[in-house]
Amino acid sequence: MTSSNWQFDTEKLLVESHGLKLDEFEKIVQGLGREPNLTELGIFSAMWNEHCSYKSSKYWLKKLPTSGERVIQGPGENAGVIDIDDGDVAVFKMESHNHPSFLEPYQGAATGVGGILRDVFTMGARPVANMNALRFGDPNHPKTKHLVSGVVGGIGGYGNCIGIPTVGGEVNFHPSYNGNILVNAMTVGIAKKDKIFYSAAAGIGNPVVYVGSKTGRDGIHGATMASAEFDDDSEEKKPTVQVGDPFTEKLLLEACLELMKEDAIIAIQDMGAAGLTSSSIEMASKGNVGIDINLSKVPLRAANMTAYELMLSESQERMLMVIQPKKEELARSIFKKWDLEFEIIGEVTDTKKLILHMDGEEQASIPINILVEDAPEYQRDYIVNDPSPLISFESKDFEDKDILSDLLKMISHPNLCSRKWIWEQYDHMVMADTVVRPGSDAAVVRVHGTNKGIAISTDCSPTYCRHNPYEGGKHAVVETWRNIVASGAEPIAITDCMNFGNPEKPEIMGQFVECIRGMGDACSKLNYPVISGNVSLYNETNGEGIYPTPAIGGVGLIKDLSNTMTIGFKNEGNVLCLIGESDNHLGNSHYLSIIQNREDGGTPSINLDDELKNGKFILDCVTKKLLKSVHDVGEGGVLIAIAEMCISGNLGIKIDITKDFLHGFFFGEDQARYLVEVSPNKLEQIEVDASKSAVKIERIGEIGGTSISINSIGEIELSSLIDHHTKWFNEF
Amino acid sequence: MKTHVIVFPGSNCDRDVAVAIQNIIGSSPEMVWHKDSTIKQSDLIVVPGGFSYGDYLRCGAMASASPIMKSVIENANKGVPVMGICNGFQILIESGLLQGALIRNSSLSFICRDIIIKPTNTKTIFTNKSKISKMPIAHNEGNYFANSNQIKEIEDNDQIAFQYCDENGDINAHSNPNGSINNIAGVFNKSKNVLGMMPHPERAAESIHGCDDGRNIFESLLS
Repeated sequence: MTSSNWQFDTEKLLVESHGLKLDEFEKIVQGLGREPNLTELGIFSAMWNEHCSYKSSKYWLKKLPTSGERVIQGPGENAGVIDIDDGDVAVFKMESHNHPSFLEPYQGAATGVGGILRDVFTMGARPVANMNALRFGDPNHPKTKHLVSGVVGGIGGYGNCIGIPTVGGEVNFHPSYNGNILVNAMTVGIAKKDKIFYSAAAGIGNPVVYVGSKTGRDGIHGATMASAEFDDDSEEKKPTVQVGDPFTEKLLLEACLELMKEDAIIAIQDMGAAGLTSSSIEMASKGNVGIDINLSKVPLRAANMTAYELMLSESQERMLMVIQPKKEELARSIFKKWDLEFEIIGEVTDTKKLILHMDGEEQASIPINILVEDAPEYQRDYIVNDPSPLISFESKDFEDKDILSDLLKMISHPNLCSRKWIWEQYDHMVMADTVVRPGSDAAVVRVHGTNKGIAISTDCSPTYCRHNPYEGGKHAVVETWRNIVASGAEPIAITDCMNFGNPEKPEIMGQFVECIRGMGDACSKLNYPVISGNVSLYNETNGEGIYPTPAIGGVGLIKDLSNTMTIGFKNEGNVLCLIGESDNHLGNSHYLSIIQNREDGGTPSINLDDELKNGKFILDCVTKKLLKSVHDVGEGGVLIAIAEMCISGNLGIKIDITKDFLHGFFFGEDQARYLVEVSPNKLEQIEVDASKSAVKIERIGEIGGTSISINSIGEIELSSLIDHHTKWFNEF
Repeated sequence: MKTHVIVFPGSNCDRDVAVAIQNIIGSSPEMVWHKDSTIKQSDLIVVPGGFSYGDYLRCGAMASASPIMKSVIENANKGVPVMGICNGFQILIESGLLQGALIRNSSLSFICRDIIIKPTNTKTIFTNKSKISKMPIAHNEGNYFANSNQIKEIEDNDQIAFQYCDENGDINAHSNPNGSINNIAGVFNKSKNVLGMMPHPERAAESIHGCDDGRNIFESLLS
């Protein structure tokens, strides 16, 4: 079919089947001065879908703070880059692979990991850590078990094989993800500051090189699929999911890094969503040049592929590069050594057009600016609903004697129980630089060959976001910041993965706008900018949207690894203290949801001044070597955090406190709080320091023994606590 | 000591073991590409962990047919110490240098965690300084299997190198992470100059790893 013989109805159908609106099609016709042919229509469809164009989100994303002293590259490249001293940089990004993972959990998750790894090593960085943020539906939903097993298997299968440790992440369950799970994968890499690679093509006449795997028909229209809602027939979209080959990616990683040591690469871009289309167009657009491609040269693994299929294939483990012409043979020999494809498929031109040829015939000719600068951008209508009202809970409604049985119920719940079953399926130690393994507040990996480390945490509390998107957005940022502080690291910057429903619905767009506003306020106050990210919209099934989920991946720096903190109790006789104000906030807490099966009471508000003050106090104490262990008080409140510290350190505690409202104190989710283990001889100093900094500190109890005991209430043996904590996944 | 580490496409613990050798043995190993065909003179050849050839087909099967393996086998037959870790163990079995088979973990899933092993024979070049040691495993196919005749043979020849055990050194079902027959974590060849083991000593080789028990294997080679 060519453009010349289209009938109007078929044309309309064709345009819609490409995920484009009719007015968007009009825009294409206007820009080109003619109707596009099928290949060109496919290219526009790939570039203008939500996933690639950010057409609904761009306007709002620009409001986020993206610069800072340590920021070398903010959003807009394959990944963001921060300075971590001594000429080293950390390169990182988080990306969603939600739709494919729901359709085919193993391959969907695996290729999510593969894609984010490529984004990072494209920049010249050796990936050193993988993280993830996963949301599944109700634990009892018939699909959940299959999806969890598949996603965990896929993440492990890819990361383990390529040999990059998966050092942590978060997993939550909520019915709002029953029909649309979230799989967000993050990679952190390390590079030298003077050896960062970018994607802007340059040098008219320079060769455009295709490297990596061969191209097949897999994943055609993947990005368009990812930009549409699901319905009951979504299973039919399975063929749009790509298949990952981590072994080839390992070869591609080593070959690229080997070539990057030579002065050969001018520009490099991975072929991710929308494959050859988006990679070639992004390179040309960034470099303000044109690119000619001879599609007959593309290495193929399927016979008789058309120009349309070639441009839209999302076959994995491929890269596009512009190289120095003189280094062609050197580059070819490196890729040959690693048994990878290396083919010159085109050249940089001054036409500022993407021109495609195949079998001697022109297949497409599109000015780059129409595809990129003229891409649709929408300021969608939005409604901001009032946040759910705050409910004040009172002591008289709770029975104190239930506290220990409530603790056991909570710690056995899928949302609070041990994730060991998951992380033991991930190789979290390969590369031999893992300092803090999964299960603490933040994972810590050493920068190879040095005594400094990178702390990484992913977090989000969708329930908070659903009931108050502004405070929820703040919370997601602050929670990672606190986790990084609790590991002894200075928080530096974040990447975000914005998972929302259909932006064409004003209330969904309102959630997006408010989450962004909350995140922006938190980032500004904490000097914790956004340096990369990804937006995933249309996370809906049969018209039902997911909870707003702005997943955040934070990164911090530990200058001296001897200051690394973990959550496990260290020594008998040490004292546990709580830092920060407690106000019995039980609204939307895990206590309410697990014990009372309620989802109300309002999102806790976050005082950013307190966050900053308390966080700085913790880091001061770490530098002064006053602390033995630190744990941020997050999901589930103080008693859950204490239980986690006991389990991790295999030590008990005698809690000795007097409170009017014990349930509020133990299970309230007030913010800006940390639990710290202090040896008795440092206790006075830390209390004096706290009072000087106007930071609230209170003694909670003495560490030791084999149980958690609470004065006047009773005790639970650690062994029972551990059984409850590990039961759910052990029986999975 | 002149040491060599073989690098296959898909090896991913090659750097880790090279760092451990550098730190403990004191000289950096020569990294040998799998397409090379000879290792002339060596005091230790390490076949590292990873996913050689993606572990497609069967773990270690394709790597065992790599050009360099001919030379590794020749060196082993001449008495040169050869050590295979994890995927390296699988490769040495596929090459016929070691007996038995490594099949899927009994849990049918990948396992990455610390385990404890006990040296069964401490009179070898690899284990003369070994004690009960904690170190990580990270594998999907580490379930050691051999038929009863082979087991009897390797037992009679003191060819069992390590067995999974608990903190007290008791070898029991509870301390067996992957279903290995007789809790076997590592075996020798008949003349004890070839060692294959599933646990990763190179990941327990400095204090930052949380445990440095893995050092004793490299230290044994020094004495």
